[in-house]
Amino acid sequence: MAAPRSLLSLALALLLSAGCSQPGAPTPAAATDAAPPASSPEVVVYTARKYQLVEDLFAEYTQTTGTPVRAVTDDAGPLIQRLRTEGANTPADLFITVDAGDLWFAADQGLLAPLDNATLTANIPANLRDPANRWFGLAVRARTIAYSTTAYTPERFASEVKGYADLAGPAWKGKLCLRSSKHVYNRSLVAALIARYGEPRTEEIVRGWIANLATEPFSSDTLLLEAIIAGQCAVGIVNHYYLGRMIADQGAVPVAIRWPDQDGAGAHVNISGAGLTTHAKNRDAAVRLLEWLSTAEVQARFAAANQEYPANPQAQPTDIVRGFGDFLRDPIAVAEVGRLQPTAAKLMDRLGWR
Amino acid sequence: MALSTAAAAREVRRHPRPDRGPLFVAAAIAALPLTVLLALALSATGAPTEDMRHLFEHVVPGVLLNTVVLVFGVTLLAGLLGTALAWLVSTYDFPLRSLFAWALLLPMAIPAYVLAFVAIAGLDFAGPVQTALRGIFGPDLRLPPIRSTGGVILVMSLALYPYVYLLARGAFATQGRRALEVAASLGLTPRQSLLRVQLPMARPWIAGGMALVAMETLADFGTVAVFNYDTFTTAIWRAWSALYSIEAALQLAGLLVLLVAVALAFEQRAQAAQRHTALGGTAAPRLRLRGWRAAAATALPASVLLSALLLPGIALLSWAARHAAEDLDADWWAAAGRSMALGLMAAALVCTLAIALAYAVRVRSDPVTRGLARIATLGYALPGAVLAVGVFVPMAGLNNLLESAARAVGGDWPGYLQGSVAVLLLAYAVRFLAVGHAPIEANLGRITPRIDDGARLLGATGFALLRRVHLPLLRTGLLTAAVLVFVDVMKEMPITLMTRPFGWDTLAIRVFELTSEGEWTRAALPALAIVLVGLLPIALLLRRADRPDRG
Repeated sequence: MAAPRSLLSLALALLLSAGCSQPGAPTPAAATDAAPPASSPEVVVYTARKYQLVEDLFAEYTQTTGTPVRAVTDDAGPLIQRLRTEGANTPADLFITVDAGDLWFAADQGLLAPLDNATLTANIPANLRDPANRWFGLAVRARTIAYSTTAYTPERFASEVKGYADLAGPAWKGKLCLRSSKHVYNRSLVAALIARYGEPRTEEIVRGWIANLATEPFSSDTLLLEAIIAGQCAVGIVNHYYLGRMIADQGAVPVAIRWPDQDGAGAHVNISGAGLTTHAKNRDAAVRLLEWLSTAEVQARFAAANQEYPANPQAQPTDIVRGFGDFLRDPIAVAEVGRLQPTAAKLMDRLGWR
Repeated sequence: MALSTAAAAREVRRHPRPDRGPLFVAAAIAALPLTVLLALALSATGAPTEDMRHLFEHVVPGVLLNTVVLVFGVTLLAGLLGTALAWLVSTYDFPLRSLFAWALLLPMAIPAYVLAFVAIAGLDFAGPVQTALRGIFGPDLRLPPIRSTGGVILVMSLALYPYVYLLARGAFATQGRRALEVAASLGLTPRQSLLRVQLPMARPWIAGGMALVAMETLADFGTVAVFNYDTFTTAIWRAWSALYSIEAALQLAGLLVLLVAVALAFEQRAQAAQRHTALGGTAAPRLRLRGWRAAAATALPASVLLSALLLPGIALLSWAARHAAEDLDADWWAAAGRSMALGLMAAALVCTLAIALAYAVRVRSDPVTRGLARIATLGYALPGAVLAVGVFVPMAGLNNLLESAARAVGGDWPGYLQGSVAVLLLAYAVRFLAVGHAPIEANLGRITPRIDDGARLLGATGFALLRRVHLPLLRTGLLTAAVLVFVDVMKEMPITLMTRPFGWDTLAIRVFELTSEGEWTRAALPALAIVLVGLLPIALLLRRADRPDRG
């Protein structure tokens, strides 16, 4: 009977491979996990900023300082939940997100520690950090208006659209594209509008946007930009760096940026930032990494990896981003935007922005 | 189930006292998801009533309808596709049949979320297909949008039909000549015999496959997120990430589990009266099709393969080629290795648990044991992110407890329980036990009580009966289970994200990180690797499964 033997060999193969794969797979973690965490000179980072955007800098930091940086990536929600659940036993020293709302919430939950540090306060402007210094912005992104240069000349577009609210007008019926309301960037934008105009006026604007949609909301800004290029829509609201990345990738594209509300409140900006966890085991090492990330030279590369604006005013953005021109930023404190996020989410739900 | 009642009765007669072992086994296995559900229920208390009111007024009605439409649509279409294709390749002979017979299973290796992003990048307004058509027919050409309810149902069905196909094909292929001969002798045409003999006989397999598809659809997050199609899962996610209320999210999840439990209870009742045993005999000879019938029979599987495998494969290949030079480094290979290691370990664990569970039910077929088996397989319908929380909370609690205990006696607790491979595997087991259980249970149902009796007469009882008689007969089911679990673990995202230890980044995690930044083309390389690695065990499964029908 061949059957039992082949089955046995299958089971054996499975077990063997299961057994072997553990030592076989590269697991520096397994080795270091066994050591008491307090004594290992390393920094453990929980990051919602994606690995491909931070891995090179972390590797460089380890190489120059000898301090290993171990990172776990996930979305901000699960990472915050992880920090909450682990409590005092969390291995995490630093928490990095891509949205002020998430930083605000983590701080609000008592997960981030205040940090009075001269280097950080000197490098990061006050409006880009927590008033209580529990988190610090590391890169700035603007959520702005992008339009098709095939359909409009810059002069004509500039005369028709001054700011976000103009896109709610009847002239844009069937021409506007939006990303899904599920994404935190849109939530932050609507939260900023609520802070600026109050809820009733914001509701009017958002209702106008939804009425003007050319197609169902997209699941990513990249798809939205491609739809503008293809002519499915004439205008959309995106984070500036998606266009920056596209230009870096493909060269010139027939899409331009119109900085909104330059005569008024300014364009909505958000931050990617970091904070020290309340229960950091390697506090000093974590602070040193954070200081390093805030220095002008590192800031330029931190931002360049994603075509963002450095938070440190001493650092320069990439040529592509400089090409977008200077613009007025909405000076509203990012913490306020974080606080208003649930309100914004409910508003978008009510109006049926999918 | 009726047959195992009889078997159990005999079992009782043979053993002087009623055997409680199976009950304990089933209870122990069901304890895993029960702990998870309990942890979730406890964490769900204290959601702000204002948030819940908002969700029930503005979110729940819409997503409930969407979810029902999606689950019904996908389950029906995938069930129809899977069954029709399986019947076609096992009943008829037509050009390329033997190629289709195994190739139709391959799309199983493509994660639904990957098929989704390929479909949207390729077929949406801005994609190459519509752009080319506008080039021919003018800029005003408007086609039905791919980002629509129909689009998401179609894409998920193409990704999930192999679950039904695999199980149905196994059923059709092993139904044996005798059943068909009896049908033919009663004057039934092949079509009548399909409806009145083959389909009813294959029902537990088809139903098992469709149940897997339904639960997979219900728990899906990645695909619906790419389509921006709001379901219960996205609502759970929204409550969590937008309202900052894990409690509200878990209450929604609880509602989802309740719905699933009710649906499963109905399915159970519908199936309870059925009795299935194999008639045996060699596989029936296939009828040769000619002319337009042969052409039509070739066209169906060909078009399914083209849209579910070949075109997406070509798209992935061309994108991957763009980035392979810079991305294909040691890191990447390590991620591929970890994906495979986790898949293999999870497959071994789940198969062991699934056999134990299926046996417990077979030997002791009382309502309690059967109920426990249902609970044990409930984890499959839970959205991965929710299940991850349910696993994470008790583990972190236990870890914190151990830490305090260690400190109390002056020691130092060294590790982090919640971030260890063991916990990750446990979470996979809770999530994928249903996947392993379905084929094994269906296969076990085929082993008639007469076989047991015969074996016992020859002196094989208890464990020897399992090892020497049942396991060889379970070969197909076991292998199917192992491959399904392996491939599912390779594709899994949220649990891996939340409970993986440091450094255990897998291919699926690479895909997640790249797609969530909108870098679709760079995600093609890890996505392609998931597909290729998944193809290996599927090919192995096919080689085995094809052996019986060669005779």
